[in-house]
Amino acid sequence: MAITDAPKIVTSRFQYDDSHTLARYEATGGYQALRKALGMSPTAVVEEVKAASLLGRGGAGFPAGVKWGFCPPGVWPRYLVVNGDESEPGTYKDRMLMERDPHQIIEGVLIASYAVGCSQAFLYVRGEMALAQERIAAALNEAYDAGYVGRNILGSEFSLDIVLHWGAGAYIVGEETALIESLEGHRGMPRLKPPYFPAAKGLYLQPTIVNNIETLSNIPWIVANGAEAFAALGAETSKGTRLFAVSGHVANPGVFEVEYGVTTFRDLIYAPVYAGGIRGGRKLKAFIPGGASSPWFFEEHLDLPLEKVTVDRAGSMLGSGAIVVMDETTDMVRACHRVVRFFASESCGKCTPCREGTTWLERILKRILDGQGRMSDLDLLLDVADNISPGIAWPPKQTTICPLGPSAVSPIASAIRRFRHEFEAHIARNPNAALEASDGGASTAARPAAVETAVSLGGHHG
Amino acid sequence: MARLTPENEALAREIIARYPRPRSALIPLLHLAQEQDGYLATDAMEHVAELVGCSPAQVLGTASFYEMFKLEPVGRYVVNICTDIACMLLGADELLHHAEEQLGIRAGQTTADGAITLEGVTCIAACTEAPCLQVNYRYRYRVTPEAFDQLCEDLRAGRAGDIPPHGTLARVRQHIPAERAAGPADPSSGVQPAWMAERPSGEAV
Repeated sequence: MAITDAPKIVTSRFQYDDSHTLARYEATGGYQALRKALGMSPTAVVEEVKAASLLGRGGAGFPAGVKWGFCPPGVWPRYLVVNGDESEPGTYKDRMLMERDPHQIIEGVLIASYAVGCSQAFLYVRGEMALAQERIAAALNEAYDAGYVGRNILGSEFSLDIVLHWGAGAYIVGEETALIESLEGHRGMPRLKPPYFPAAKGLYLQPTIVNNIETLSNIPWIVANGAEAFAALGAETSKGTRLFAVSGHVANPGVFEVEYGVTTFRDLIYAPVYAGGIRGGRKLKAFIPGGASSPWFFEEHLDLPLEKVTVDRAGSMLGSGAIVVMDETTDMVRACHRVVRFFASESCGKCTPCREGTTWLERILKRILDGQGRMSDLDLLLDVADNISPGIAWPPKQTTICPLGPSAVSPIASAIRRFRHEFEAHIARNPNAALEASDGGASTAARPAAVETAVSLGGHHG
Repeated sequence: MARLTPENEALAREIIARYPRPRSALIPLLHLAQEQDGYLATDAMEHVAELVGCSPAQVLGTASFYEMFKLEPVGRYVVNICTDIACMLLGADELLHHAEEQLGIRAGQTTADGAITLEGVTCIAACTEAPCLQVNYRYRYRVTPEAFDQLCEDLRAGRAGDIPPHGTLARVRQHIPAERAAGPADPSSGVQPAWMAERPSGEAV
């Protein structure tokens, strides 16, 4: 086991009940990194973050410092948009940071805006997170009064308003161009690429940096302690520490800050200091390693380190740091359907392969679960999946503007490859299944999935 | 219901003034309208359209995209039970079924007394606390059927003090003091921020 004594970087104040207050933040070194940064040139701050090799913690894992350098020179103003729209199934870490250490985020926003030259920052918080909004609003009010935010910050030339913005319930808004559309007051639909990076054209078509909450929470520590100290932690291609949420069938579900790239899945799932193993002494069946979009992992992947490149090469991703553990009692068709249903429900409807494809996938899986499946359904599922993500490969190709559609393909490919017999067992419950398979399967396969099994969540969903 | 009250209109103007373009304030203003009426009333949406300078159809177009905006009245308490993968593994479907039986309604419906609207929802970012739910976006963790029954009893008896009526999202608002405000950054200004001006060392930025 590789359980290291790496320092806590983003959760260092979680031990205090008043960790969200300015008094506690200042008493524990808060806003010292901002003072230090203001004594450096903006370029030097960007270089420091580049040298730290801080990978974005939102899902794609792009180096933050490099992203900051993408703004075209001489184009002003620039904006910073903070992505606090955490909604990927399994993911729970940004909300914790927003509720329990909002000043750390604000300081990260200030340093990033100073370094990049952003004239205004917007903190987009998922609408459903009422407490996070209250804590950030209170923290911003304190920070304005104390002179950390607003005009001539700490008596310097640096001026910045940070505007707290409320979302209103839409997973797709986590995609950075959809986030910008939403911030402009529109339906949250991703923009056509190129340009690939909002750093070129983002909010109001101006250069815009979009960073995740956890990413920005690392910035004060990096500036205070230096890139070298940060890069001394973690593996060659994954530096620092990272938050991982471990949920599902484990004895002690929780969010853990661990040294990035060193700790293994086995450590995190089985170590008593972390998730403590499978509950009830049962056996592991599968786990989702990086949020609902990621292909599933199994027993043989347990000893892989939680390291970006290794996990990418093994055919999945660490994504948003969300590990969902499924024990031997899990019905994998049901699990697969549940994940696919999420993407069908959250598809924004802009691209046909995703809008239609995810809906078809959900309905076919539902009828299999309901004992109405056909033997031809497995080929039909893969055919629809192939139309969304040609070749059903990893990393996924896509026929869509954003990766939401291909995200629904990951669980289908994982589940059918590994647990085909479970699908067949469900299909065998249909007394007519075999008949239909031998009786012209092709014509059955071409027929749309049953319409009586719509996504039934209650409420209205996009 | 109604257009925004004078107090809410003043608040709306304060919010609009933070953004470089008024339309960006649309979603926060819709939350304000929903806070006032418990749902998005047609005249409130028309008022918001006037305030941000777009058509009522454009307001509806945006509002109807987002799950939190209710275009019809809902219960005083909206109970959202998460039914996504992590919660499903730990009994969310059974919890939702129990809730439907207990309240005598299906997910998506409101109880006859107007107290509770029940919804099954996608992931609400409390996966390690499964099965979880929200009441008007306030969390309840690791919810058992017994805890659910107690919650409904408390809601109906007015004993859930931390939960405001539906529509009230955050009870703490951001206020930018005028003397501290840096002001919104006009996208067409082309202005380079003062601290980025070329330094003696000749660094390019």
